[in-house]
Amino acid sequence: MEMLSRKATCKSHGQDSSYFLGWQEYEKNPYDEVRNPSGIIQMGLAENQLSFDLLESWLASNPDATTFVRNGAGSSMFRELALFQDYHGLQTFKNELVEFMAEIRQNRVRFDPQKLVLTAGATSANETLMFCLAEPGEAFLIPTPYYPGFDRDLKWRTGVEIIPIHCSSLNEFRITRCSLEEAYEEALKLNLKVKGVFITNPSNPLGTTMNQDEFNHVISFAVTKNIHIVSDEIYAGTVFGSSIFTSIIVAIMDRNLENTDIWSRIHIVSSLSKDLGLPGFRIGMIYSNNQTLIAAATKMSSFGLVSSQTQYLLSKLLGDKKFTKNYIQQNQKRLKKRQQMLVSGLQRIGIPCLKGNAGLFCWVDMRNLLSCNTFEAEMVIWKKILYQVGLNISPGSSCHCSEPGWFRVCFANMSQETLSLSIQRIKAFVNANIGDGSN
Amino acid sequence: MAIEIIDERRPSVSLSKIAVSDTHGEESPYFAGWKAYDKDPYDESCNPNGVIQMGLAENQVSFDLLEDYLEKHSEEASFGKRRIYSFRENALFQDYHGLLSFRKAMASFMEQIRGGRAKFNPDRIVITAGATAANELLTFILADPGDALLVPTPYYPGFDRDLRWRTGVKIVPVHCDSSNNFRLTTQALEAAYADAEAKNIKVKGLLITNPSNPLGTTIQRSILEDILDFVTRKNIHLVSDEIYSGSAFFSDEFVSIAEVLEARKYKDSERVHIVYSLSKDLGLPGYRVGTIYSYNDKIVTTARRMSSFTLISSQTQQLLASMLSDKNFTENYIRTNRERLKRRYYMIIDGLKNAGIECLQGNAGLFCWMNLSPLLEDSTRESELALWNSILYEVKLNISPGSSCHCSEPGWFRVCFANMTERTLEIALQRIYDFMERRKTKF
Repeated sequence: MEMLSRKATCKSHGQDSSYFLGWQEYEKNPYDEVRNPSGIIQMGLAENQLSFDLLESWLASNPDATTFVRNGAGSSMFRELALFQDYHGLQTFKNELVEFMAEIRQNRVRFDPQKLVLTAGATSANETLMFCLAEPGEAFLIPTPYYPGFDRDLKWRTGVEIIPIHCSSLNEFRITRCSLEEAYEEALKLNLKVKGVFITNPSNPLGTTMNQDEFNHVISFAVTKNIHIVSDEIYAGTVFGSSIFTSIIVAIMDRNLENTDIWSRIHIVSSLSKDLGLPGFRIGMIYSNNQTLIAAATKMSSFGLVSSQTQYLLSKLLGDKKFTKNYIQQNQKRLKKRQQMLVSGLQRIGIPCLKGNAGLFCWVDMRNLLSCNTFEAEMVIWKKILYQVGLNISPGSSCHCSEPGWFRVCFANMSQETLSLSIQRIKAFVNANIGDGSN
Repeated sequence: MAIEIIDERRPSVSLSKIAVSDTHGEESPYFAGWKAYDKDPYDESCNPNGVIQMGLAENQVSFDLLEDYLEKHSEEASFGKRRIYSFRENALFQDYHGLLSFRKAMASFMEQIRGGRAKFNPDRIVITAGATAANELLTFILADPGDALLVPTPYYPGFDRDLRWRTGVKIVPVHCDSSNNFRLTTQALEAAYADAEAKNIKVKGLLITNPSNPLGTTIQRSILEDILDFVTRKNIHLVSDEIYSGSAFFSDEFVSIAEVLEARKYKDSERVHIVYSLSKDLGLPGYRVGTIYSYNDKIVTTARRMSSFTLISSQTQQLLASMLSDKNFTENYIRTNRERLKRRYYMIIDGLKNAGIECLQGNAGLFCWMNLSPLLEDSTRESELALWNSILYEVKLNISPGSSCHCSEPGWFRVCFANMTERTLEIALQRIYDFMERRKTKF
C-alpha cells in the first residue's frame, strides 16, 4: 500500500493520550440528568456554558445579525458577506474585536486592528505562530503543566519541539528564573535552538494569572536570550474576583520596554471560545507589533479563515457596548461563584485546590489519594474516578505536570446541579477509600 | 503606542524561513493585477473607466436564488425556537467530525451534482475551511517535505502556495499544450514522473482539477481511466479537485473520478481523494466551506484530526445543512446555475470571436481560456507579460496571463465571466473589440 507522510503516521496528533481517552469514555456513557443519571460527568472539557442566556437574549433582540434582512434598497448583507474572503478580515469585526480585547484588559492598552490576524480558532493561531517563528527542529519553552492540545497544535505539522519549563507545587507552580535557565540548558543539551517562550496566561490548567515576578523572569529571559514570547491569553476574560488581568503587552509597557527590540517579539493569541463560549464558531486571533510576522500570518490565515457569516454576527454582538460591558461583568461573577462552589465542596472533603483566580477549571491536589508518589498511581486514581466515580477529569500527567497527583477539574461546562452531584460522587469515593487505607 | 520602525539592514530577530519566503506567491502577476484593480476598480456609475476585474473566479450569477431561499427560510439562519440545534448546542459544537446533518447534506448535494451517478458516504467527508485548506491538508498527509506532487499545467496559481508553502512539498508540472487542446496524456504523465525520478525527487501523488481551472473544460472519461491506471501503476495517490463540478454547463459532460471508481467496484480506490467546496458552485467563498472526501480510512481519520486547524464555523454548517438538504432548492439551483453559466460562456465566446479572438472550446467553470498568441511579438513569456500589461493598463481589464498558471505556451489568458453583471461583461467585450480594432489599424 502506498505510504503516507511521516506526519500522518506519527503519534504527534496526541490522540492516544488520556486527555482524549477520557473523552472517548464519556462519549460512550454520557451523564444525562433524566436519561442516564449514572453516566460519566464530563469535567475534562474547558467550556464556558454559564452565560448563554445573555447571548440568546441578545440574539432574540437582534435578528438582523443572522438573517440578512433585505433593506429598503432591495439589497442585503448576504451577497457582500458571501463573497468576502479577504484574509485581512472584516474591518468592522476587527475594530470591535480589538475594543473587546481592550475592555477585558480594563482598557489599559489600545489595540490596533491592523496588527490583528483572524484565524479559525486559537488552535489555528498557535500553529500559525509556530510556522512563522521557528524552523522544524527548533524549540519553544513551555511551563508545565500545560494544555494537552499544545503537543498537537505546536508540534505536529510544524516539526517544532517543546521543552518543558518545570514548575513545582513548592511555589504554587510559578515560573522561576532557575526553571527557565534549566529548560534552556536542556534544549542546548539536545542540540535544539530555542526560538521563544510560550506562556498561557491565565494558565490552563492552573487557573491562575501570572504575577509580577513571573513576568519579570520571562521578560528578562526573553530579552537576554533574544527570543520571542508567545502569550496565549485565551482565558483573559475568565479572570474573576478582585483580580485584574495583566496582559503581556501591559507588563512590557510597565517596564518601559516599548521602544526596544522585545516589543516586536511579543505575540498574543486569543479567541472567543472561552470568554464568549463560542468554540464552534472558530474565532481566533493573533496580535503582534511585528509587521513582518503580521504580514506572513495574514497570508497563512488563508488556510483557516473565519466564516464571514460569523464575523458579521460577532461584529454586531461586540459592537453593542452595553451588552459587552454587562456580559463581561456577569460572566465573571458567575464563574467566580462556580469556582467557589467547587473549591469549597472539595475542601469540605479534604481535597485542596491551587488558589485560582481565573479559567474554567480548578487545579486539584489529590496527592493524598495516591498510594505512592508515582504517575502509575495517578493513573490508577484517574481510572477509578473515571470508571467507578463516573467523572472524566484530566490527570496532571496528560498536562505534562512533573509531579503526580494533580488533576484539572472543569466547572463551567455543566449545570449547578450536575456540579453538585459530581462533588457528592467524589465525597462518596473519598469516604470509601479512607476506610480502605490502600488505593 | 510607540511606532516600530523596521530597520531593513539589521535582520529582525529571525522569523522562520517559511515566514519570509515568497512561496506564498503574492508577487506574481496573478496578484499584481488584483492590486491594480483594487486601486482603480470599475463601477458603472462612479468609475466607468476603471479596471474591470476579470481575474477573479467567482460565481455571482445565482445569488438571487440563495437570497430567495434565505428569505423564505429565515429561521434557518437565525437561532429561533424552531431550529433543530439551539444556539447553545451550535455554538458549543466544535467536534472535528462536523455536524452530521451538514455532512449528509453535502454528500447529497455532491450526488445531485453528479446526476446521481456516484454515491457519497457522509462518514467519509472531512470538513475544512475552504478547498485551500483541504488541498494543503491532503498534501501534509500524502507527502513529506522534499517529496513532490505532479500537477498538470496550466494550473490554478494558488496551488504554488497551497501545496508547497508550509508543507515543503514540491510541484512537478505535467505539461499540456494546445496541440491536443491541453488534454492530459499518459505520455506527459510518464515524462513528468521520469523527470522527477531523474532529479531524485519522490513523487507521492497526482493532483488534477476537474473541471479544469484555468481551461474551463471537463476531463473525458477515457482520460480519467488512463489517470487511474497511471497512479495505480506508480503506486501513488490521486487528488481530484472537483471544486467546479457544479459549474459544468451540461450535467452529463462532467464525469467525476467517483463514477469511474464506482464502475471499477472501488478497486484500488484507497489512493483516491476528492476535494470539494461551495465557493464556486454556490458562490459562497466567504463562508469557508470545503471538504475532503477520501476512500482511504486512515486518511479520513488523520485528515479529520488535522482539520482541527481549519474547521468550518458551526453557525455556517448549520445554515448549509438546512439549505443543501432541501432537494427542491438544490435541484432548481443546480439546474438554473448551469444554464446561466452556459449563457454567460456563450456570450463571452461570441463577443471574443467577434473581436477576432479564439478560445479553447470549454464546457465548464467560471472562465474561458483565451488564445492571444497571434498578438505576441514573439513566443516568449516576456511578450505575454507585455501584452498582459497593456491589457491591464490600456484596456483596463484584469485578466490572468497563462504564465501565472505555469502554461508552457505563451499567449494564453484566463478570462472570468461570472463575477460581474451582464452589462459589465458587455462593456468588457466592447473594450476588447476596440482594442483589437486599434491593433488592426496599427499593423
